Amino acid sequence: MKYRSLMGAALFALSATAFAAAPPTSPDAQVEHAWIRWLPAKLPAAGYAVIRNVGDDNLRLTGASSPEYGMVMLHHSRLAQGDSTMEMVDHLDIPAHGSVTLAPGGYHLMLSQPKHPIKPGDRVKVIFEFAGGGELQTDFSVRPANASGPTD
Amino acid sequence: MSLRHRWLRLCLTAGALFALAACASHPQWQLDDVQGHLPDLKFQLTGDLGQPVTAATYRGKVVLLYFGYTHCPDVCPLTLVHLHTVLQKMGKAADDVRILFVTVDPTRDTVPVLHQYVTAFDPRVVGLTGASGEIAQLAKRYRTFYKPAPAEASSAGGYEVTHSSAIYVFDRNGRAQLLATPGSSNDEILHDLKILVEQRS
Repeated sequence: MKYRSLMGAALFALSATAFAAAPPTSPDAQVEHAWIRWLPAKLPAAGYAVIRNVGDDNLRLTGASSPEYGMVMLHHSRLAQGDSTMEMVDHLDIPAHGSVTLAPGGYHLMLSQPKHPIKPGDRVKVIFEFAGGGELQTDFSVRPANASGPTD
Repeated sequence: MSLRHRWLRLCLTAGALFALAACASHPQWQLDDVQGHLPDLKFQLTGDLGQPVTAATYRGKVVLLYFGYTHCPDVCPLTLVHLHTVLQKMGKAADDVRILFVTVDPTRDTVPVLHQYVTAFDPRVVGLTGASGEIAQLAKRYRTFYKPAPAEASSAGGYEVTHSSAIYVFDRNGRAQLLATPGSSNDEILHDLKILVEQRS
């Protein structure tokens, strides 16, 4: 009995150490052209980027967060002939050696509830979250409301 | 030549002449021509400086009418940037163009927020708001529709937002002329706006 509880305690300690020591894995992905279209009055802003999967395994993007915004969501706009629809998205798959583009009028991040005033020229940290616990941190550049892309 | 052929030739010639005459009086639009299909510009709303405005306020200007809301970070900015780019390309002539951005979310879009939002894109954009009934009336007049996000959208989880993305183009006299969409190219919009700006009221 005593032996079993000792074993149990040892196993527990071992697994606790394992959990504590496990840092988020870094997926085989790269982020390019990351930018946020700034909007005034603390309005929700959209974030755009190209995410490249440079690994041999498919990746599933499940969300994102930022220390500078209260909430970051993955959204998808669809532009039909006469109307546009915006909806939340659970996940976005990135095939092995493929990429996804978050761009105006399509997939994008919606960053809301800024924790402090953010202005064009700033850089904002965003953490992409992947299925399986992987995380990828990227700096987004904040561009003026009427910018057409990451550098124009 | 048989009589039948001569008759056919006469018809073709008459047809060509008619087409030429039509060309002379009707510009070759690149956007969708809606002249006669949509009513003249008419509204009574509040501008983004809190001033009362009506369609008459913009008589003499070529008007682009668009329905949107400020909690729209992707498609509304995409459209406004699209139009801003066209106006930049027009140069001085763009001073005679106004983009009227009518909010379909008047509860959240206060006058100051609307002002900050529209002026962030282009000085020729005017934000318009009003009582929800007045806005609904204007939307109905142009057969547009909208369903903005619920106010508590950020915590409510899954939701969907739909709104019309049409851009209604009016001549200097407030007559509906053309319909553009975010999918219309810069060149198409530029081409047609140039013609409308050259027309005197």
